[in-house]
Amino acid sequence: MKAARVLAWIVVAVVCALALAANWLAPDGYAKQFREVPGSPPSKAHILGTDDVGRDRFARLLYGTRISLLLAPAAAFVSTALAALIGGLAGYLGGIWLKIARAATDLFLSLPWLFLLITVRALLPLNVSPLVSVLITFLILGLLGWAASARVLSTSASALRNSDFVLQARAAGLHGPRLFLVHVLPNLKPVLYAQFWISIPVFILSEANLGILGLGVAEPLPSWGSLLRELEGLISFREEPWRLVPLLLLIVVMTSFQALLSQEEVTA
Amino acid sequence: MLSRIARHLATVAALVLLGGLLAATLVRLAPGFNTDERAFDPSLSEESRQALRAEHAGEQNVFRFYASYLRNAIHGDLGISHSLGQPVKDLLQQRWPVTLRVAGIGLLLGWLLASVFAMLACLWQRPSSDILGTALSGAFLCIPAAVLALASVILNTPGYLAIALIVFPKIYRYTRNLLAKAYTLPHVLAARARGLGEARILARHILPVAGPQVIALGGISISLALGAAIPVESLCGLPGIGQLAWQAALSRDLPLLVNLTVIVTTVTLLANSSADVIIHMLRPREA
Amino acid sequence: MNGRQTNSRTSALSFRAKRGICSSILCLIILSFCAFAQNGGELHFCLRTEPKTFDPLLVDEDASLSIRYLTGGVLARVNRQTQALEPELAESWKVSADSRQITFKLRHGLSFSDGTPFSSADVAYTMQRAMDPALHSSAGDSFRSGTGNVVTKTPSPDQISIIFPAPIVGLDRLFDQVSIMSSHSPKKEKAVLGPFMVADYKPGSSVRLERNPFYWKKDPQGRRLPYLDAIVLDIQPNRDVEMLRFKRGELDLINVLDTDYYDRLASTSPQLVHDAGPSLDSDFLWFNQVASAPIPDYKKAWFRSTNFRRAVSAAINREDISRVVYNGHAQPAVGPISPANKLWFNSSLKPEAHNPQTALDRLKADGFQMRDGALFDKTGNRVEFSIVTNAGAKARERMAVLIQEDLGKIGMKVNLVTLDFPSLLERISQKFNYEAAMLGFRNVDLDPNGQMNIWLSSAENHAWNPQQKAPETAWEAEIDKLMRAQASTSDMKKRKQSFDRVQAIVYEQAPFIYLVNQDALSAVSAAVAGANPGILHPQTFWNAERLTLNGTASARR
Repeated sequence: MKAARVLAWIVVAVVCALALAANWLAPDGYAKQFREVPGSPPSKAHILGTDDVGRDRFARLLYGTRISLLLAPAAAFVSTALAALIGGLAGYLGGIWLKIARAATDLFLSLPWLFLLITVRALLPLNVSPLVSVLITFLILGLLGWAASARVLSTSASALRNSDFVLQARAAGLHGPRLFLVHVLPNLKPVLYAQFWISIPVFILSEANLGILGLGVAEPLPSWGSLLRELEGLISFREEPWRLVPLLLLIVVMTSFQALLSQEEVTA
Repeated sequence: MLSRIARHLATVAALVLLGGLLAATLVRLAPGFNTDERAFDPSLSEESRQALRAEHAGEQNVFRFYASYLRNAIHGDLGISHSLGQPVKDLLQQRWPVTLRVAGIGLLLGWLLASVFAMLACLWQRPSSDILGTALSGAFLCIPAAVLALASVILNTPGYLAIALIVFPKIYRYTRNLLAKAYTLPHVLAARARGLGEARILARHILPVAGPQVIALGGISISLALGAAIPVESLCGLPGIGQLAWQAALSRDLPLLVNLTVIVTTVTLLANSSADVIIHMLRPREA
Repeated sequence: MNGRQTNSRTSALSFRAKRGICSSILCLIILSFCAFAQNGGELHFCLRTEPKTFDPLLVDEDASLSIRYLTGGVLARVNRQTQALEPELAESWKVSADSRQITFKLRHGLSFSDGTPFSSADVAYTMQRAMDPALHSSAGDSFRSGTGNVVTKTPSPDQISIIFPAPIVGLDRLFDQVSIMSSHSPKKEKAVLGPFMVADYKPGSSVRLERNPFYWKKDPQGRRLPYLDAIVLDIQPNRDVEMLRFKRGELDLINVLDTDYYDRLASTSPQLVHDAGPSLDSDFLWFNQVASAPIPDYKKAWFRSTNFRRAVSAAINREDISRVVYNGHAQPAVGPISPANKLWFNSSLKPEAHNPQTALDRLKADGFQMRDGALFDKTGNRVEFSIVTNAGAKARERMAVLIQEDLGKIGMKVNLVTLDFPSLLERISQKFNYEAAMLGFRNVDLDPNGQMNIWLSSAENHAWNPQQKAPETAWEAEIDKLMRAQASTSDMKKRKQSFDRVQAIVYEQAPFIYLVNQDALSAVSAAVAGANPGILHPQTFWNAERLTLNGTASARR
């Protein structure tokens, strides 16, 4: 529906604009603590209230959007590319490559990667800047997140290997990488786009959960994930409904992304 | 055929053993392995502290530990958990039924939800049909698993519902895309033009195309459900394997972690291999 | 250190008066208890972790400790409210002049929960087992002041003398932690002398304790205690869920309540929450002073400078921490002993006042300079360091964020790193690859002698610079001397003098920068009668044998 796509573009544009304009919209910054009013409800001075140590929630949402909105899709892209490469290529090549890829993927899905993450944290210097820390976190998430969809892709790609139009393309003289990129890969789009779209919120939330291992954003830098984690202590949403705003914003943005992607997902 | 199955099972077994060793290595090399919280009790004497350190002596060398673990496992002894002080075998026996039930029902429910919405999105040929599914799945995808689990405690709903809601968005997105793609294929349009009913189109044209990938997804979804079980069990107070896994990870409980990895690897490998086998059997012809 | 001392020694000190409203409500409850109390009912509350062991001598974590308190019989019990040592299984006792021998006169005719008779042989068996070096019992370790075996003499079934190889300060109070086991019951550790006994244990789920039919205590009217039929302990690590269940009426007690929940409950049902005043717990920050630590030398120089540490202490706004993080349910802390420990607290010390200017003056004295809002040391390095703390403790994380901003105001750039506990422990106790750390100390012991392993420079828990071959600074040498002095005499005045001086030195040198003493917050449902929450563990159910559930609650169950 054209109207839906237009609306989605507007939403995404507005959110990006707000994030970029954070310096003007929230001049006090995300770290300033208004210690006289910790945990306060929305007011004129603080549109979304303040958090537990008195920082303006609206400012933190804006600055957090910058980080999460930029890095999560980038990490999702990395994991999708890896899935396409490993799963898709192995499926396409078939034979021993397929077997190896499947075994590797299954193992990958089962290992406790928590310990790798803990080790990564230990290898990083203690005084690494919060930005570098979050960059590394999202990079690792991207590098670890390919396994599930790679498995599905290997099945898709191996089915395609023997399909009519690939045989036709082969007969027409197309071989190797070009065959893969031009004929096989586009047909893997349903799975790839699905993975890309799912990975974004999954990575945003995972980044926050990694905070307990010392990865992810470091205080006082905010991210959507850390804002969403604040919901955990909320026993009743009726008490402080404004705390749901980051979640609603994320849902709206994700739905908009989906509306934008939906055309691509199904065309070959 | 039988030898094929035997070979396949041998591969699975080999991979499981490899997985256990890799997990043991990961745990052993991660920082914090040799620490014990009890060392911070100021009333402990020097001998007691040394005894605490000696407890981990058998785990210093990963290969030696793994070899002795395997030797004992053959005799049915799966080791003793450090953090809980009980034999791992007992712990697993007590807990796997809980996880089986919660994750199993949650997974089935998640598939049910995903299938219903995906079919709705494809059959109901209006663009707005997709929006409902997208909005719902997007919403549940964005809610942290911990929050969903807490919400299920607050609302007194069963744990498997939380798992279903965690798993459903992921399954839905893939399924819907695969089905939607299948519906755009030329022979489907041709079949529609010929006046074939929706059910027959589904059975004859859609499922054979999208089916294998959806089955592969089924294999993966078991891993997703197990992953979701960890926060849900911990927060909903369900004494299953997920709760055990979290506890073991935070306390670097090597015997428990190795056993859990072996179980998870076995389940994952079997699930995905079964999916492969089913796909292979359903394929009408192979070039 | 998230360490806990498992021996609770007390001395006769008067407890700080509760707030008027709470005490009058409690009086009403106690009066109504006399009028309306019924026998029976099941008390429900939560354990935060899985109990690791039911062997009373091997207990060293909270969950097992709570179970041991409820099921174990001890010779003498520290009253958690008055902090006086009261007779339990022993009618009376006498400590010899050299503090090496203690003689107990035991009550006559008592039995274990399976009917096995209790006698001095059981006490002897328990003590020998506790002191067995192969067992590594932490309760036994408290008695291990010197090498050699412990000798037990049992002249009669009602009398026992225990002779230790070396003098032990506060000997009688240590017996609060020794739960007597039966020497010949076929049920081994399952046979207990306490008010309850373990009836069922569902791992991962719950522990059920039932009334011990052979429990010896009677109330003033001659009725057998405990009043309760059973206590059900659910294993629930998550505090949100615990709070939810309390609000729904499924739980009767929350032993240690977080500030957030306290305020939320207090706004709707103020009669259910209790603030027993400052607890013995404290949170503190310290800098890595280990000479061989893998951190840059110029940072080592900062951390080893008393001026630097005192400046950091002066720059921290403790009032804000109490107000913002604890909503007023905390007080600025001054040292290792909280003001709640009236006997041992050095009352001449006052918490370091928040004064950024004083901080800057101290730093200037060490050659630090401010340039464009950033602090630089005398060799031109920007003052930047990291504070590691453990994840999952919300209050501590918030404190760290406030401290980060406070120190930012004097030009220091602070990076906060939250780590999982084992990684944190490895950094602070084995690899020493950290710069500053922030942890809390749960103090169960009133007597500072239990803290020897923290203050002795050669000890393992001397966090900022453990296991020194010889004291590396004059003040640490002095602390060593004073700690040994207080351990070698039973004269309370001399001991207090020594330990007061230790507290003063710790204040002057600030190896630990103490932040706040939290209040002991707890919640008790209206169904429970007789609760009198205090600050010593177990805060709400220390008098479990006298608790009752009033009619409405029993009917609901």
